[in-house]
Amino acid sequence: MAEKMTGAEMVIQALADQGVEHIFGYPGGAALPIYDAMFQQEQVKHILVRHEQGATHMAEGYARSTGKPGVVLVTSGPGATNAVTGLTDALMDSIPLVCITAQVPTSLIGTDGFQECDTVGITRSCTKHNYLVKDIKDLPRVLHEAFHIATTGRPGPVVVDIPKDIQFALGDYYKPEIETLRHASYRPQVDGDLKAIEAAVDLMLRAERPVFYTGGGVINAGPEASENLRELAELTGFPVTSTLMGLGAFPASNSQWLGMLGMHGTYEANWAMHDCDVMINIGARFDDRITGRIDAFSPNSRKIHVDIDPSSINKIIRVDIPIVGDCNRVLEEMIRVWRSRTNQPRTEAIAPWWKQIEKWRSVGSLNFKNSETTIKPQWAIQRLYEATRNQSKDVFITTEVGQHQMWAAQHFHFDKPNRWMTSGGLGTMGYGLPAAVGVQVAHPDALVIDIAGEASVQMTMQEMSTAVQYRLPIKIFILNNERMGMVRQWQDLLHGSRYAHSYSESLPDFVKLAEAYGGKGIRCENPAELDAAIAEMLDYDGPVLFDVIVEKDENCLPMIPSGKPHNEIILPDTANLGSIIDEKGRALV
Amino acid sequence: MNAHMQPTGSAYFLTQETQQTERHTLSVLVDNEPGILARVVGLFSARGYNIESLTVSETEHGRRLSRITVVVVATPKVLVQIKLQLERLVPVHRVHDLTAEGNYVERELALIKVKGTGEHRAETLRLADAFRAHIVDATVESFVFEVTGKPDKIDSFIALMGPLGLVEVVRTGLAAIGRGPEGM
Ligand SMILES: Cc1ncc(C[n+]2csc(CCOP(=O)(O)OP(=O)(O)O)c2C)c(N)n1
Ligand SMILES: [Mg+2]
Repeated sequence: MAEKMTGAEMVIQALADQGVEHIFGYPGGAALPIYDAMFQQEQVKHILVRHEQGATHMAEGYARSTGKPGVVLVTSGPGATNAVTGLTDALMDSIPLVCITAQVPTSLIGTDGFQECDTVGITRSCTKHNYLVKDIKDLPRVLHEAFHIATTGRPGPVVVDIPKDIQFALGDYYKPEIETLRHASYRPQVDGDLKAIEAAVDLMLRAERPVFYTGGGVINAGPEASENLRELAELTGFPVTSTLMGLGAFPASNSQWLGMLGMHGTYEANWAMHDCDVMINIGARFDDRITGRIDAFSPNSRKIHVDIDPSSINKIIRVDIPIVGDCNRVLEEMIRVWRSRTNQPRTEAIAPWWKQIEKWRSVGSLNFKNSETTIKPQWAIQRLYEATRNQSKDVFITTEVGQHQMWAAQHFHFDKPNRWMTSGGLGTMGYGLPAAVGVQVAHPDALVIDIAGEASVQMTMQEMSTAVQYRLPIKIFILNNERMGMVRQWQDLLHGSRYAHSYSESLPDFVKLAEAYGGKGIRCENPAELDAAIAEMLDYDGPVLFDVIVEKDENCLPMIPSGKPHNEIILPDTANLGSIIDEKGRALV
Repeated sequence: MNAHMQPTGSAYFLTQETQQTERHTLSVLVDNEPGILARVVGLFSARGYNIESLTVSETEHGRRLSRITVVVVATPKVLVQIKLQLERLVPVHRVHDLTAEGNYVERELALIKVKGTGEHRAETLRLADAFRAHIVDATVESFVFEVTGKPDKIDSFIALMGPLGLVEVVRTGLAAIGRGPEGM
């Protein structure tokens, strides 16, 4: 049932047909026909951002917190180039985005026209797929295919570049069936191989020192995957740890939870990874922040790896049982096969292992020395967590990148998936504030907090203005150490404490800044006043910039320095960071 | 595990492979659409893989399918990654590692311009005949030969033409196909 309409109208119609309620965008010359079409309808709501990078992170926050694709609309040239950071971020963290970029008219392509850039060329390596539409006939198919590709298999960002004349052109709009889409080659494998799943379960049934190592793939596979992970953990009695991206898939309040693993993960999680005999990786990718030194990574374990992306398997760590498939489907099958073999968890067989884990746990690797005079950043997060626990609202946390991000991962606890939004793979400072805006758009009644650093937050500060415009009551909780704390920590560790450009000589007055934007500003530097100040922040119905003045030179521990194996983790009571790393380690990032 | 790797003390020594490199011919079936070549080539450069030879052409017009033959030199571990990464590209249908699968034929075509008169001219023609090179252009002082064969045959012909007045060479790159009745 084709319907005649312009390319611009097709864009809006396709969004509506895909069930898109919100898009994040910024207009410009080449995008005006689409904006005009948008103006004449009410189905798709547009959030006007302040910078296109902000739009991409908002879409990421929106996507991560809802499981739906995030949609971005930007103009040609600078609009498209400004979106590149967010596209790359989404690619690294497997976030489904559809980004529509306007392009100069086809007749001007290649002439260095005003605001022309080679968008498909620039975004080829930072998207899962991209399109330049040069014929109106292709537009309906491409728009729908973009959503299909962004959301299926390993999710990721897809760019659709639409020249201005194509936006004006008249054509037949239709919604294609998935089967008729152009790329017959694109058929992600979702069901895991049953033989491999059975072999995996049989290995698990013999395990004496097992550990579940879970990642963002469990979140991407939808809330049922998290449910199934919980069920499998209960059936087996095995301990569970997770990457930064996977937090929330398994409840932090569960006694089988070991905390996050990796560079700033807990002692017990990293030791369990190192000493286990069976590792069950579900939806994680052996990132270098997890493995540390790879030739010393979990030397005595047999490894099972479940991933929807075949190229993730055996890329970094050789595994014994690879299973390509959707985490949820594979978890379901594992549960079924386990049940068919036994209805007992391996409580007795793994009791000595749990005893060992409890010993590691008793080290208290997340402990820190609190202070009566200055606010410790870890403590600030603990107080924030406590204050939000008895809120009736659903709580969502986003972060920027740096020490505060790691402290948030360590000290804020999640019992549900999709509540934790952070830039893991790319580590993009400036992610958190716009991501919070996107989350709040999707969940208007929820409490959405960006745990921020004073340096990161200035990278996308202008989106505060977006929050004010759309009355999005996000809370920006700045752990202000007047330092690029994480950089400073590495300079202590590796560069003889020579603090090259890692501190802020002139910070804005965040309270006044908040007020200038039309939001509320709060500052707190006295530990005794922190709880009251947090309550004030939570009570305010509108965007808040909360400037928490914290200890300046706190280190984020525990830490496995680059190039060290898991069992050489540095614990909080280590006095002198500078003496730990050898010459070789200094070269690492 | 990974015992072959030197303990460099680095989490980033993925490129410091101590495995031996091998030369493999891959056959890649793709949708023939704008940008496909850039996608494939871009993947190689982005991930630091080396292309030794690359041949692309549409092979099934009706279905708009192209076949890319690419010769790469890499360690076995990287070869597996190259195949998997190529398969991740949306317009890529299938990737066959012909070298790993064993049974295949490969051919290359070269056009070779040789300048010369007198004695050299006669010698040039004698060698061309031995290599079954066809003359596709001739002037009183030059020839253009067309040679088809395995790359090493073409290499030897070019080497022999060197002292006889070799001017320039163009080569198509490798085309390869599996033996036997089955298709890709
Ligand atoms: C866009 C970008 N530029 C640079 C970096 C490198 N970097 C990582 S953490 C960091 C410092 C962050 O400082 P702040 O936001 O104050 O957080 P803190 O570590 O102090 O908590 C920098 C510069 C980055 N991750 N992203
Ligand atoms: Mg800071």
